[in-house]
Amino acid sequence: MDRKSVSKLFIVLFFVGLLAVPTAMKKYDEMNRSTVVENPEETLERYGFYLEEVSESIGINFLHERPDLDPKLDHIHPQVASVGASVSISDVNSDGLQDIYLTNSRFGTQNALYLNQGDGSFMDRAEELGVADLNVEGLGVSMGAVWGDYNNNGYEDLFVYRWGKPELYRNDEGTGFTRVTEEAGLPEWVNANTAVWFDYNRDGLLDLFIGGYFHEDIDFWNLMTTRIMPDSYEYATNGGRNYLFENRGDGTFRDVTEETGLLETHRWTLAAAAADLNGSGYPDLVLANDYGVDELYINQGGAGFVNSGEQAGMGFVPKSGMSVAFGDIMNQGELSIYITNISEAGVLMQGNNLWTPDRSSTGDVPTYRNLAGNLGIELGEWGYGGQFMDMNNDGHLDLYVANGYVSAEEGTDYWYDYAKVVGGNRNIIIDANNWPAMNNRTFSGYQQNKIWLNDGAGRFREVSSAVGGALTLDSRSIAYADLWNRGVLDLIVASQNGPARVYRNHTRPGHQWISFSLDGVESNRSAIGAIVDLYWDGQKQRRVVAGGDSFSSQSQRAVHFGLGQSTAVEKVEIRWPSGRLQTIESPEANRLHRIREPSEGGV
Amino acid sequence: MSPFQTALLEKLRITHIPKSYIGPGLISGVVIAAHISFGVLDGWDKFIAAIAAAMLTDLLLHKVMTGEWRNLSSAFISGNSAGILVRSPMIWPFVLCAMISIASKYVLRYRGRHLWNPTNFGIVMIILLASDYAAVLSIQWGSNMWAMLVIWFIGFLVLWQVRLFHVSAVYVLSFLLFAVLRSYLTGDHFMSEVAPLTGPMYQLFVLFMITDPKTTVSTRNGRCLVAFLIAFTEFFFRLNEAVYAPFYALFVVGPIALLVEMWMQEYKGREKR
Repeated sequence: MDRKSVSKLFIVLFFVGLLAVPTAMKKYDEMNRSTVVENPEETLERYGFYLEEVSESIGINFLHERPDLDPKLDHIHPQVASVGASVSISDVNSDGLQDIYLTNSRFGTQNALYLNQGDGSFMDRAEELGVADLNVEGLGVSMGAVWGDYNNNGYEDLFVYRWGKPELYRNDEGTGFTRVTEEAGLPEWVNANTAVWFDYNRDGLLDLFIGGYFHEDIDFWNLMTTRIMPDSYEYATNGGRNYLFENRGDGTFRDVTEETGLLETHRWTLAAAAADLNGSGYPDLVLANDYGVDELYINQGGAGFVNSGEQAGMGFVPKSGMSVAFGDIMNQGELSIYITNISEAGVLMQGNNLWTPDRSSTGDVPTYRNLAGNLGIELGEWGYGGQFMDMNNDGHLDLYVANGYVSAEEGTDYWYDYAKVVGGNRNIIIDANNWPAMNNRTFSGYQQNKIWLNDGAGRFREVSSAVGGALTLDSRSIAYADLWNRGVLDLIVASQNGPARVYRNHTRPGHQWISFSLDGVESNRSAIGAIVDLYWDGQKQRRVVAGGDSFSSQSQRAVHFGLGQSTAVEKVEIRWPSGRLQTIESPEANRLHRIREPSEGGV
Repeated sequence: MSPFQTALLEKLRITHIPKSYIGPGLISGVVIAAHISFGVLDGWDKFIAAIAAAMLTDLLLHKVMTGEWRNLSSAFISGNSAGILVRSPMIWPFVLCAMISIASKYVLRYRGRHLWNPTNFGIVMIILLASDYAAVLSIQWGSNMWAMLVIWFIGFLVLWQVRLFHVSAVYVLSFLLFAVLRSYLTGDHFMSEVAPLTGPMYQLFVLFMITDPKTTVSTRNGRCLVAFLIAFTEFFFRLNEAVYAPFYALFVVGPIALLVEMWMQEYKGREKR
C-alpha cells in the first residue's frame, strides 16, 4: 500500500472508531449495572439491604387521584394535573411511633393520616381527627403537607398547601386538630407545591415558607384565560409568588416576603429546603425552580435573604428543578445539595444537579460545583423527589430518586408534540390552547425509580431492581422513617394517580446505627434547623433536622446515622437553632437517643 | 466562509488579522454575548471542548491526508455549531459531535466534494447513536419576541446581501405551507405547528445550515428546489413525530441533491463532448 492509501485507511478507521464510541459507552454502562438477585440473603450480602413492599399487609391502601380541572384544559389535563401526591411523616400523638400523612387531589377524595398502631399495622384516622376533607370545591385540592410545632406545645401541627387556600391545623395534644387558618392570617389562594417550616430569625418560633408554582391568580376550576402556561421553558417569569410568614408567637403570622427579599422573582418554584449552609447559624433557603435556574438565598442574620445563586455558582444553567435534598455524602461534615431535573433520552438531557461545596470557598456565600456526573447520579429520568438516606446503615448516605411523569397508554409518546411547542416563542407556549391534545398518550411514563448506593469511595451505583425497589408508578414524593423502631430507615413513596407504597427495609445484620430525636427549649420545639455532627471511626457525618424537603415531602424528624461495623461513637455535636452547641461524648450505638436542648452550655 | 461571515467582514472592513478567522471569531463573539445574556450554551467548558476537538481533528486529519497544515476557520465554525446545538450534561458528546462532523468531511466524499453539511451529519449521528447521553437544542433561550424578530431580520438581511436569501425564504414559506397542511391532518392548532420555527434551533438551521455554500447546489433554481424538498421531507418526518425532523430532512435531501447535480453536470459535459 502506498502512503496515500495508508492515510485514507487511517482516516476511515478513525471515523468508524468515532461512530463506535456511543456503543462502547453503552456497553460499559451495562457492565456496571446491578444484577437482579432472587435470593434475599445474597442481596443482603451484596448490597447490605433489600426492600419488601408491605403496604396492604400493614393496612395502607391509599390511592391518589389527580384533580379534575376546568374543561378548557381537558386536552392537556394529565400534564397540568400532574402533581399532588405527597407524603409527610410525623409522630402526631407523641407516642414515639412515626405516623404517615398522604394527600389526595380530586374534589371529594380524602387525605389520609395513618397512625402507627405500634403492633406493626397502621390505621387511617384522618377523618376522625379532622384532617381528611381538604379537597373541596371552592377551596382547592391538596398538593402537600409539612409538620412543625409552631406553638411549641410539644405536638406537631399540620400545614397543608394546595392549589387553592392553604390550611393550618393546630394539633390538640394528639387528640385531634383544630383549623386555625383564618386567625393565622394565611393567604386566600396560592397554587403551591412546596412549603417549609424553619426558624429564619432564630426567635424560637417556626416560620413558614410557601413556594408558588402556577400564578396565584389562576383558579383551575374557573379559568379566566388559557394563558397560564410558562412563558419560557428556560427563563419563565410568570410563575407563582413565594411567601415567607413570620410566626408572631400568638397564633398569627405576618407576611414578611417582601421585606426579607424573597419577592424578587416570579419563578415556578417546585421545591424548597432550608439549612445553614454557610455556618452563620441562620438557615438559608434553596429553591428548585421548574423552567429556570436553582436559587440559593443566604440568610442575613435573620434580617432577610440575599439571592446568591449566581455567586454560589448554582444560578447559571436553567433546568427543570423538581426537588431539593441536603446530604453529607462524603462524610466531611458538609452538605451537598441534590436537585432533580429532567432527562429523556434523545430529547432533553438536563441531568440532575449535585451541588457540592467547594472547600476552598471563603466568605458568606459558599460556592458549589455540580459533581453529579462525577459521582454517577446525574442521569435520572423525569425526576421528582430525591432524598438522601443511609439505606444499609453502612455509614454512607445513599440516594433515592422518584421518576416518571404521565403513564397512560403504553407504546404511545407525547414528547414530539411537547418538544414542538416548547421550542416556540412565548406567545405560543404560554397559551394552553396552542398545546396539542395528549389523547391519552404516555409522557415519560413507566419510568423506574432509582436507588443509588453510595460505595463510600466517591461513586454511586444504581441497584433498584436488585434490592426490590423497582417501582414504575408516576412517583412524586418520598419519605423515610423508622416505622417499626428497628434502627432501619423504611421508605414511603406517594405516586400520582396511583397507590402509595411502603417498603420495609431489611438490612444486613452487623451494621450498627444511632438516632437522635431532638426537642428544642430555647429553640423551636421541633428543633427544625438543628445540625447534628457525629464523629466515629475517624470520620464525621452531618445531618440536619428538616421542616420539609425533597419534593412535597417530609421525612422523620429524628436524625439517623448508619455506623457500618463500628459500635463506638466518639462524640456527637448538636448545634441547636438557638445557636447553643451541645456535645455528647460516646453515646451508645444501636438506640434512639431523646435529647432535650440544655438550658446551659457553650454557645 | 459562510455568507454571514462574508457579509460581516465586508461591513466591518477589518483587514489587519487573517480574514478567514474574522467571521468565525465574530460568530463566537455573538454566541458568547448571547450566553452571558441568555445562557444559550450548556456551559463554557463544553463549548470550548467542542471547538478545540473540531480544530484538532481537522488539523490531524488534514495533515495525515495531505501532509500539510491547514487553515482551521472552517473547523472553528463546526466546533461552534456543535457547542451550541448539542445538549448533554457530559462533555464527551460535544467533543464527539465535533470530531464526527470534521471526520465526515474527509471520509464521505464523492469526486472531491464532501456530501453532507458536517454539523448536520455530526448532529444526526449523535441523535441516532448517542441518544442515551445527549440531545439537541430544542428549547428556546430568552423567548423574547423582539429578540427573535431582530435575529430573523438581521439574518435575512445578511443572506440578501450574499444572495442566498432565496434559500431561506423558500424554506420558511414551504415550512409554513406544510404547517397548514399538518394542522389540517393532525387537528393540532396551527400555532403549535408553527412554534418550532420561532425557536433558536430553527434560527440556526435556516440561517446557517441550509445555506452552507459547500453543501448546496450551484444554481439558484436548484437551491430553491432543494429548500422546498427539505421542507417537504421534513413534513413526513414530522407526521411520524420525529423531534429532530429538520436535521433528518437535510441529512437525506442534501447529499442526494449534490449527487444529482454532479451527475447532471457530468451528463451535460458528456453531451457537449
